[in-house]
Amino acid sequence: MIALGILLVLVLLLVVFGLLFRIQILTSIFSGSSTREIGTSNRVNAILFIIFMIIGGAAFAYSFIENYGKMNPPIASVHGHEMERLFWTTMIIIGIVFVLTHILLFVYSYKYQHKEGRRAYFFPHNNKIEIIWTVIPAIVMAGLVFAGWKEWTKITGPAPKDSVVLEVMGKQFNWLVRYPGRDQKLGVVNYRLIDATNEFGFDLSDKSGLDDFVAGEIHVPKGHPVLLKIRSRDVLHAVYMPHFRVQMYAVPGMPTKFWFTPTKTTDEMRAELGNPKFNYELACNQICGRGHFAMKLNIIVDEPDDYVAWFAQQKSFSEQNPDVLANFKQKSDKLGEKENASAAAAVVTPAAKASL
Amino acid sequence: MAANLPTHSQVQGGIGVTEPSTTHDEHLHHDEHHDQHWLFKYVFSQDHKVIAKQFLITGIFWAIIGGTLSSLFRLQLGWPESTFEWLSPFLGKWIEAGKLNPEFYLALVTMHGTIMVFFVLTAGLSGTFSNFLIPLQVGARDMASGFMNMLSYWFFFLSSIIMFTSLFIETGPAAAGWTIYPPLSALPQAIPGSGMGMTLWLVSMALFIVSQLLGGVNYITTVINLRTRGMSMSKLPLTIWAFFLTAILGLLSFPVLFSAALLLIFDRSFGTSFFLSDIYIAGQALNHQGGSPILFQHLFWFLGHPEVYIVIMPAMGMVSEILATNARKPIFGYRAMIGSLLGISLLSFVVWAHHMFVTGMNPFLGSVFMFLTLIIAVPSAVKTFNWLATLWRGNIRFTTAMLFSIGFVSLFISGGLTGIILGNAAIDIQMHNTYFVVAHFHLVMGSSAFFGLFAGVYHWFPKMFGRMLDEKLGYIHFWLTFIGVYLVFMPMHYVGIAGFPRRYYAWTGFDSFSQFADLNKFISAAAILAFFGQFVFIFNFFYSIFRGRRATENPWNSTTLEWTTPVVPGHGNWPGEIPAVYRWPYDYSKPGAAEDFIPQNVPYSKTQSSNLPYERDTAE
Repeated sequence: MIALGILLVLVLLLVVFGLLFRIQILTSIFSGSSTREIGTSNRVNAILFIIFMIIGGAAFAYSFIENYGKMNPPIASVHGHEMERLFWTTMIIIGIVFVLTHILLFVYSYKYQHKEGRRAYFFPHNNKIEIIWTVIPAIVMAGLVFAGWKEWTKITGPAPKDSVVLEVMGKQFNWLVRYPGRDQKLGVVNYRLIDATNEFGFDLSDKSGLDDFVAGEIHVPKGHPVLLKIRSRDVLHAVYMPHFRVQMYAVPGMPTKFWFTPTKTTDEMRAELGNPKFNYELACNQICGRGHFAMKLNIIVDEPDDYVAWFAQQKSFSEQNPDVLANFKQKSDKLGEKENASAAAAVVTPAAKASL
Repeated sequence: MAANLPTHSQVQGGIGVTEPSTTHDEHLHHDEHHDQHWLFKYVFSQDHKVIAKQFLITGIFWAIIGGTLSSLFRLQLGWPESTFEWLSPFLGKWIEAGKLNPEFYLALVTMHGTIMVFFVLTAGLSGTFSNFLIPLQVGARDMASGFMNMLSYWFFFLSSIIMFTSLFIETGPAAAGWTIYPPLSALPQAIPGSGMGMTLWLVSMALFIVSQLLGGVNYITTVINLRTRGMSMSKLPLTIWAFFLTAILGLLSFPVLFSAALLLIFDRSFGTSFFLSDIYIAGQALNHQGGSPILFQHLFWFLGHPEVYIVIMPAMGMVSEILATNARKPIFGYRAMIGSLLGISLLSFVVWAHHMFVTGMNPFLGSVFMFLTLIIAVPSAVKTFNWLATLWRGNIRFTTAMLFSIGFVSLFISGGLTGIILGNAAIDIQMHNTYFVVAHFHLVMGSSAFFGLFAGVYHWFPKMFGRMLDEKLGYIHFWLTFIGVYLVFMPMHYVGIAGFPRRYYAWTGFDSFSQFADLNKFISAAAILAFFGQFVFIFNFFYSIFRGRRATENPWNSTTLEWTTPVVPGHGNWPGEIPAVYRWPYDYSKPGAAEDFIPQNVPYSKTQSSNLPYERDTAE
């Protein structure tokens, strides 16, 4: 009943609008304004452009300043600061161009609105002007390209030798994290070996995989370069860590990588923001299906000492899943017995320290 | 059929003027439509003007669908905590316990993009105006092949039917994003939309590409071969230059998309591994090995990037024409405008990988593409400055088309400038796939191209339907849309700088992305209002076809050839012989001339008082 009422009101409104429109047409015919080629509406539109420029510009400036605090994710990596500088420098340059061109556009529109008896200025071309406004943008662009290129090569250059290495693997719909353990080597994996327990597809016949451990969240030490090795085991994902200005696709069949140096521990950032619940977050930034929007993983930046302590506490995958290991042992009988024993007995701390 | 078409020898050789008695008999016959069944006059027509209207009206239909889809997902983004039980009568099972299904959300986003980019802004925009204006402005009776032109529309129609059907199937339409990156788009296990929905998407796009190629071949051939006497390439209106280069871009790039689609079809159905490797999904390791998902992206963007210029260049051409006409001033730097179009066309083929800076592609390649990408900003800047210079010291009439053209320039600047940020690989690491990108391309190619489309419709409506669109409603439409677009996309930049990822069903799960709930509500409200504002146009359009004020032959006092035809040109366009062309298309407000415009078909011998020293008739 209510729906019917709403429908009726809508229909009546439409009828009213239709009638108003018809009346407007009839009056304009009656008053003769429909035959005048250029009427008052020309002036009205010209004024509206100026009003649009002033109010729109003010609203833009206001909302920009109002939201400025919220739109900058706090930076927590070395290259993040450089990138931020580049971003805002470019923003200022394009901001100036944006303002100037818009002022010209709207002021010209207003100033050169039709006037009876005036004739437009016949000015078909001027090569000097064309050259000027080709060369100037070209120079500005060259500067920006150069600055960007320098930064880009630095960011994407080889990771320092002493980087902390870890692997992030995307799957529908969460992230899995693997550390190389004390030998600093990630073991061989094979996607055909993946199952519910062996989510990485560890091939434990490879010795270097025996001490690899899997973690529920990412821990990295402050002040040390971190090399992310990135994989996906099903569809595309993207590792996106906005606070570290890090982004790289996770591609099935093609491992990718990205390195960065965190500059603030989680605790420091919490104190700085006055938000005790703050966490660095890793988000998926490449459409991957139903749970795309919920692929979150927390990243914890520790003081180096805390990191080492955390590293020492971790138990290797093979140790936690003896049956998986046993499976591989059956296959390759020679491998393992003493390796495993030594892995369990080893003091992990020195290795973790060495990794820094 | 083809035999009945106007022959072009008369135009080509410039000899036909003396022999209207032979070939023209057929035309005159044609014009009166005595022998034509309505089915061939209005439905299976080979007349470029009817085909143009078919493209336009199909485009409007698709724009309403595309806009509706965006309103639906904006509801979800603006009010992620609300329930949408009231939508279940329309969406059925896609509303689960009052919540929008996240997979259907992705389908909405995917179909919105596909529809807007391909069906509205490619087919609807260049299909309409290339068809309508090329023969009329170059002085031809019709397209080079009317039959192929007809096929072009009907392939598009078929493709539309299939794409539309895919919206209603049980597993839902394609949902892997409009870029359909595999493996997501290849594996139905990954998302249900990659089942039947994706199959239909690929079939539909294959047909769409056929349509584009048939159209493109025609446009190019017509511009090269069927120009009237005196219409040298340097006397072509900028619209034609834009359509011509657009068609070349399409012809060179769409086949690459076709190949990508074909390989994807093979991967999906015949067990090949072009794009798939090392996949474990739904509890199963797949046998595909050795393929590369990145290869698909290269193929896709090899079309995908020229595609954005395919969308924007026709709009640029029409805006140049409309700005000059209504500022009553020659377009500033005609040759520079052609040069920049050529530059953009050429460069558009070598910038595609700027969509892929962070895909794991070799960083050196990233450097190269960053360099090439930022170069393309130069011709774009030249165009903008030339438009501004065209307004300078003009005598501007604010027709609705003019308002939309000025709006176009504004949006093109606003959206184009942020391209300088995104084209910079180092900054793109942070900005890639965020709402900053969404805001950027919605301004620079989405809204701008729409503004070009509107400007074109308002400007050429009189020639299409013999009646005028209502100006007052046009003003309301313009201001609603112009303000609406800025209210939607300006704040979207802020959200993007904060790093909000696109294609997220909700941001509420992340602390990093939850600070802009109010702004998102605002954007959603503005988007939905701006969408409803478009119904003012739709009403105006259909009302004016039947009841609009009657148009005159040349209502805008314009110089180009289409305005020398009768109010409603019949099949064959000019009842008599085709006018010859003597001058460039922008003789507005020429000093010494009697009127403030001199049409292209007026010889210099008749305008002695205004001729410049080097201007004399050469067409004889």
